[in-house]
Amino acid sequence: MKPPPFDYLRANSVDEAVAMLAEQGDDARIIAGGQSLVPMLNMRLMRPEVLVDIGKLEETRYIRKSHGSVEIGASTTQGEVMDWDELDATLPLVAKAFPHIGHFQTRNRGTVCGSITHADPSSELPLCLAVLGGEVTLQSSQGARTVSAGDFQQGLLTVDKEADEMTVMVSFPVAQSGEGYAFQEFAHRHGDFAVVAVAAKVTGDSIRLGVGGVADRPEVRQWGLLEGDALDDALNEFAWEMGGSDDIHASARHRRELVRHLGREAVADARQEAGI
Amino acid sequence: MTKMERAGRYPVEFNLNGEPVDGFASPRMLLSDFLRHEIGATGTHVGCEHGVCGVCTVKVDGKAVRSCLMFAVQAEGAEIETIEGMAEADGSFSALQEAFHQNFALQCGYCTPGVLMSLSEFLGRNPDPTEDEVKVALSGNICRCTGYHEIVQAAMDAAKAIREGAA
Repeated sequence: MKPPPFDYLRANSVDEAVAMLAEQGDDARIIAGGQSLVPMLNMRLMRPEVLVDIGKLEETRYIRKSHGSVEIGASTTQGEVMDWDELDATLPLVAKAFPHIGHFQTRNRGTVCGSITHADPSSELPLCLAVLGGEVTLQSSQGARTVSAGDFQQGLLTVDKEADEMTVMVSFPVAQSGEGYAFQEFAHRHGDFAVVAVAAKVTGDSIRLGVGGVADRPEVRQWGLLEGDALDDALNEFAWEMGGSDDIHASARHRRELVRHLGREAVADARQEAGI
Repeated sequence: MTKMERAGRYPVEFNLNGEPVDGFASPRMLLSDFLRHEIGATGTHVGCEHGVCGVCTVKVDGKAVRSCLMFAVQAEGAEIETIEGMAEADGSFSALQEAFHQNFALQCGYCTPGVLMSLSEFLGRNPDPTEDEVKVALSGNICRCTGYHEIVQAAMDAAKAIREGAA
């Protein structure tokens, strides 16, 4: 369980990092916290020729409020965001999701941007970004572009990012008053990958529900303020539409039941928080 | 920009339990292997080597992290703490170690260094935890002997001893 050999480049700026990516192309991978990448290297699931380390870049270590969003830079760790004193007030959904993400020891190094760019279908942060309708900012030596969460994650570990681009920032829209949020997850042990995770946002006239762990990326549906049987029917339809499959962690049928069950609980919790 | 070739061996220096140490590492050498094989600090154990079991947990700049998910070259200039530095200067047990001893909170002892390093950061941040908080904090450290009951009790006792010691 040792990583394969690679050349190691430590970037001192984003410009340096993207210049290296432009030079190395497909053979290079960005490493920030390494909490998803290094396990994959150790298990030889990936053999990049070059690692470009941005973990110590001060330039991308920030949490800032800007134009109704919270912007989080590429080297900011999950632990730093979890400790941010404005998190509960600005991003209540993310605050509720954080305790489910790995363990505090992995959150101490793992980054928010890294988790979103890694794009595991059962990850909590891509799910939150999708439900909140956030954005990802990518940079290459040619310039920067911004992609919506819905367009960014395309499938299993697959995102709309070219080989010469790095994720420099993600932005989450700030919660407004009158909204309610809830996060529910079923995993076999605390900190394990979610079998099913659901994130709910309720506003005065809508329910927005995202599900991770079933399809090959987070799936989101938006409904009016459904209740009772109408909500159950919508959840059931959603569960079937995602087409989950059997694996060693759970059967497709178990996953559908979790979507119906956790979905109902999350919507109820979010409605209660919104006072609706 | 710093560039290190895969076949090269590069000097790495950091403070280990307050003392400067140095050695050589290729870029892919894990911090856990560097501590054990280059420095000879074998108190940090190695288990799953993909970040799940927690036995390799050390503190880097005050934060408990998996030393198997970090390369030695990334530790350059850091303050690293391991189990070897946990006892008091005169060699007597720290409050945390003493509580583990008193509660029989280890059997084979293989997971213990990682458990102690995790609890060391946790109790520093939360000196008056509930049992449930301790259980969540321990969720990232797997013990296959004790059933955790004694470990949780030891953590609660250690927290009390540390609070009383500080008062």
